[in-house]
Amino acid sequence: MEPEQPTPDTERDSLHTEAHLPPPTLWPIGFAIGVVLILVGLVINPLLISTIGAAIAIVFAILWARDATAELRGEPIVVEPERREMTEAGEGMTAPPADQQGVALVQVPETAVTRSVFLEGATLGLGAAIGGLITLPVAGFMVLPSFLGQEQHKVDLGPIEKFPLGKWFIATFIVDPTQGEVSRRTAFIRNNGNTANPQDPSQQVPSFTIISNRCAHLGCPVQANGPIGQKYTGTPSFKEHTLTGPAEFKSVTPAGYGCPCHGGQYDPEGNRIAGPPVRALDRYAFEINHGRLILLSTYSVSHVEGTGAQAKIYKYKSVGPGEHVDGPEQVFYPINPPHH
Amino acid sequence: MATTYRRKPTKAELRRQKMEELVMYPLDWLEERSGLIGGIRYFLFRNVPADINWMQTLGSAALTAFLVQAITGVILAMYYVPSAATDPHTGNPVAWESIVHITDDLTLGWLVRGMHRWGASVFIILMFLHMGRVFLFGAYKYPRELNWIIGVLILVMGMMEGFTGYLLPWDQTAYWATVVGINLNGTAPFLGPWLAQFLRGGQEISGETLTRFYSLHMLVIPGAIIGLITLHLYLVIRLGVTSPPWSKDAAGMEPEEEEPARLRPGLTRPVPRPSGASAMQAEPGGRE
Repeated sequence: MEPEQPTPDTERDSLHTEAHLPPPTLWPIGFAIGVVLILVGLVINPLLISTIGAAIAIVFAILWARDATAELRGEPIVVEPERREMTEAGEGMTAPPADQQGVALVQVPETAVTRSVFLEGATLGLGAAIGGLITLPVAGFMVLPSFLGQEQHKVDLGPIEKFPLGKWFIATFIVDPTQGEVSRRTAFIRNNGNTANPQDPSQQVPSFTIISNRCAHLGCPVQANGPIGQKYTGTPSFKEHTLTGPAEFKSVTPAGYGCPCHGGQYDPEGNRIAGPPVRALDRYAFEINHGRLILLSTYSVSHVEGTGAQAKIYKYKSVGPGEHVDGPEQVFYPINPPHH
Repeated sequence: MATTYRRKPTKAELRRQKMEELVMYPLDWLEERSGLIGGIRYFLFRNVPADINWMQTLGSAALTAFLVQAITGVILAMYYVPSAATDPHTGNPVAWESIVHITDDLTLGWLVRGMHRWGASVFIILMFLHMGRVFLFGAYKYPRELNWIIGVLILVMGMMEGFTGYLLPWDQTAYWATVVGINLNGTAPFLGPWLAQFLRGGQEISGETLTRFYSLHMLVIPGAIIGLITLHLYLVIRLGVTSPPWSKDAAGMEPEEEEPARLRPGLTRPVPRPSGASAMQAEPGGRE
């Protein structure tokens, strides 16, 4: 029979006569800083910063290893004896009891954070920190793109001479060519002729009425109530391939506009005359650039007085369908999302 | 106690015993290591009031409808393309084309899409019937209030599934229904416009609305529903099934002395256990 080999357990017991943890040491922090420097250096300057990091890491690793193996090498371990403030005897407290070896047991004050409570808090806190670090950017990515970086798309509708004075057209056009068909929009356009520039009355500027076909109730497409096409209106329809994509213009003589979804009715200027809409139809802002009609973003309108170039338009910032811009109900929509 | 005489088992009985041991061995193995078999037995073979009603199967029916939606949906997702881009060959949107492809070209695609499309209504209808049963039976009362609340959340989630799924065919109906639906949300006071813009993924409906609705429809909301159904079932098992209102057993009364389980019919009858199954209840490691 072979002599009994020491099992790992007995071997350890022969080295460590008492079960205890290695003494606390700060060297791992230096080692960690070295490792961080190596990694940062790989990004910034591998030659210089990574070398410094490696040196720090090696030095601290050696120190750490020496510390951890001090016991094995038989060096005496200097451990600061644990001290705790003794509470005053009296005030309803008994003197600290003594155990059999005669060592005084220390009364731990109730406010002291015990090891287990600290570890529990640290685990929860670290977990929350890690969870937050992951969740916040993801949640931001989910929500913010809907609100930030909304681009304004200018739509070229071609030369203004194509629009005969005082005639209505149903214009369909692509707002964002990169989006394609899904960004096809419709507007009712009328050339009002030249009118005095509000800023400089000595100058004449072209005037257009451009009404969005998005219903002010829930956003369905309103239709022109009236005959469409040259046969009935006497004005030719036309198509145009403009700088921003294809556009189509159908001549029309609208007596007003009606919504197929819930029956909202508007007059030719876009004022609500019946049904559930809460305001007049939105309008497109526009500019004339090199003789071409350029659509800008929409704005909301509570109502319009008058008609054509002389119309007085009660303008508001663009808001969604169904939102009141005037009257007492507007208090329900105090802050609107950013709009281009 | 009288002495029992045992006759020698016949060959057929021995074979049967052998087969049962063969079946039970892997089950025992699993049970000993996980307790899963016991858990399933606890879930499926629990006591219910003697006078329960067929109406009380509506919840299971709604669950089945949800499972049908989940399975058909997973398979539809293998073929559906959530893209608002235009197919250059046909001029139609890619999403719509993929739906046409599923319905007209793929083997049994019409059936699976039909199951998903009609099953959606079945799921909602069954949830409402189940809710009606719970209401009329008074099964929402103490201590089951929380389960009513969870059930309402499942109903809301189910309707959100309906709303987000309606857009996916990307035809005129889908588009305008979503325009109206989102703008309805947009008219809610204070946060409505923000909610609408979040749902749209911008100021206007675009391809991003489609992809976002697709993600909500097949990942976010089903995940929430599965979690809520788990809670719902947990509470059903924990609190038990209510008696119908016409039950003779008044609530809160001490239960009558139970008959031996083997005399009771139906689901509460324990599964016959062959001799090899005794380890099912043994302590881990205490196998005989």
